[in-house]
Amino acid sequence: MTLTISYQLFLEQFVQQLLNGLFLGSIYALIALGYTMVYGVLRFINFAHGDVFMLGAFSGLYLNKWLAPMLTTLPWPASVALVLVLSMIICGALGIIIEFLAYRPLRDKPKLNVLITAIGVSLFIEYTCQLIFGATQQPFPVLIPKSNIAGIGGLTVTNVQVIVLVTAFALMLGLRFIVMGTRLGLAMRALSLNPTASSLMGVNNGVVISFTFGLGSALAAAGGILYASLYPSIEPFMGITPGLKAFVAAVLGGIGNIPGAALGGLIIGVVETLVAGYSQSLGVPSGYKEGVAFVILILILIFKPSGLLGKVEREKV
Amino acid sequence: MKYKAQIFLFIALAASLGVSLCAGNIDDYFLDILLNVGINVTLAVSLNLVNGHTGQFSLGHAGFMAVGAYGASIVTLQLGDHLLQIFGGGSIATALTFLIALLVGGGCAALSGWMVGMPSLRLKGDYLAIVTLGFNEIIRVVLTNTSGDGPFGGALGLKGIASYTNFFWVFGVAAVTIYVVSTMVNSTYGRGFLAVRDDEIAAEAMGVNTVRYKVIAFVLGAFFAGLAGGLYAHFRSTISPEGFNFLKSVDVVVMVILGGMGSTPGVIAAAILLTVLNEWLRDFEQYRMIVFALILIVMMIVRPQGLLPASLFQRKKKESA
Repeated sequence: MTLTISYQLFLEQFVQQLLNGLFLGSIYALIALGYTMVYGVLRFINFAHGDVFMLGAFSGLYLNKWLAPMLTTLPWPASVALVLVLSMIICGALGIIIEFLAYRPLRDKPKLNVLITAIGVSLFIEYTCQLIFGATQQPFPVLIPKSNIAGIGGLTVTNVQVIVLVTAFALMLGLRFIVMGTRLGLAMRALSLNPTASSLMGVNNGVVISFTFGLGSALAAAGGILYASLYPSIEPFMGITPGLKAFVAAVLGGIGNIPGAALGGLIIGVVETLVAGYSQSLGVPSGYKEGVAFVILILILIFKPSGLLGKVEREKV
Repeated sequence: MKYKAQIFLFIALAASLGVSLCAGNIDDYFLDILLNVGINVTLAVSLNLVNGHTGQFSLGHAGFMAVGAYGASIVTLQLGDHLLQIFGGGSIATALTFLIALLVGGGCAALSGWMVGMPSLRLKGDYLAIVTLGFNEIIRVVLTNTSGDGPFGGALGLKGIASYTNFFWVFGVAAVTIYVVSTMVNSTYGRGFLAVRDDEIAAEAMGVNTVRYKVIAFVLGAFFAGLAGGLYAHFRSTISPEGFNFLKSVDVVVMVILGGMGSTPGVIAAAILLTVLNEWLRDFEQYRMIVFALILIVMMIVRPQGLLPASLFQRKKKESA
């Protein structure tokens, strides 16, 4: 008898952790998509991507403040959508500007130089934001009135979590449509396959790269707002850790592979939440969960560097 | 001159011992800056072996520094009294104890460098950067989550570390680092490092064991970073995991980039310049990292070879050969 009860409790706990992991993972997936798309077209890691995620959260905060008179007249789903779309546009534009100012002058330079520049851009955004917004944690406004959706048994799921998951998946489907179903998406795929050949076929590589940066940054901004809705406290350095974890997710799924990034994000979110949930019951500090993503990264790079869904790329001389 | 480098090493060691003996006459604040300069030179020159000469971009130098700092501090905190007793007290016993602590710290750092390097150095540039950054984070997370009463001191770190570090140790280690790195790179064997950097595929085709060279560069770099960490711990006498975060690694990377990747004199100059600038700009602390970030971006766009690139010093080398 006692065994069945504890078994049920275990199952309930496990499903709860799994769900929490999925909610977090869907956000990682959104950020990971930006890494993977930029890697796909430019073959470099945009270190500043995590900071665009942070800028998304801050633009959400300020839009909510400035547009407050108008937002209060709207029903909350409309105001959430408005804030989300506006900050996606703002951050998309910022992504394009960053690419234009910092990365474009280095287009033909060694990859290492671009990487160093990206680290510089990341630090520049973080510390400039610290100067502007202050270093302290700021509360993120409640965009979605929170209520518990009674689940089965002892599971607790809030409507915020469900909305985050649904929005994230909707955005991913939207991205899939853009990449697979539009002319620009076709150009993106061509560029990622072979930049020289695509430009010979009449693809304007510069425009496509700008578009990719804009798209990735917009997704990161959406991720930032969703993340801040789940964990409503934001600061200028909040982008570093989720950004790195999302990068690990992109590598896990196979960098350059769009469905892979989404899958990787979900896996990282779930594994991290499970480790955090069960390490406490084993008497290990839950702070170790911050290191989990990096352990996964090192393992994946040793055993399957091309990632779960990625193709093996041979280097040609 | 056949033994130029060796003579340089002896002069440097003797000079630092000489200055150290009359360090009492030096202004405390000035001495503080000098010691900082020495530690940063060690860090920058050792990172330059990995990032500059071998062309492997590591972002985890502060992680190795942390391993060295904790390793050395735990030796002096836990075993310091025993060791002093064994060596019979006095200044020589102190020196021997400190030497053992530093070597243990450096050894631990080298070991962790080997453990990180073996798997990850099979990877190309940007992956390596992320793995080393990840290693840096793992070290910090693990140290922060250790028990506060244990030997690692948890999030608050370690306090009351004996302040053994003086002018001689700092500049002695800096001189040895410069000596080892520059003679190694200029030796026949060390050409392998440059070959790996210039064209890995060609080097491999010519029979250079690229992975082994990368691992050696990594382990040596980590060892000297560990020594610098040990010096730092016994200089500040308190250390905490937060002091060895990603930004500390970036500090060293900026020195290497500004000076010129692969140029030891350039990197030394940049380490001195940036350390002194840091002191001057203490009142503008909040702008410091913005300036560092801009240095990285502008250098990469305008002058990626650094302020004092290696090519400036190359002609002299040909004449002496």
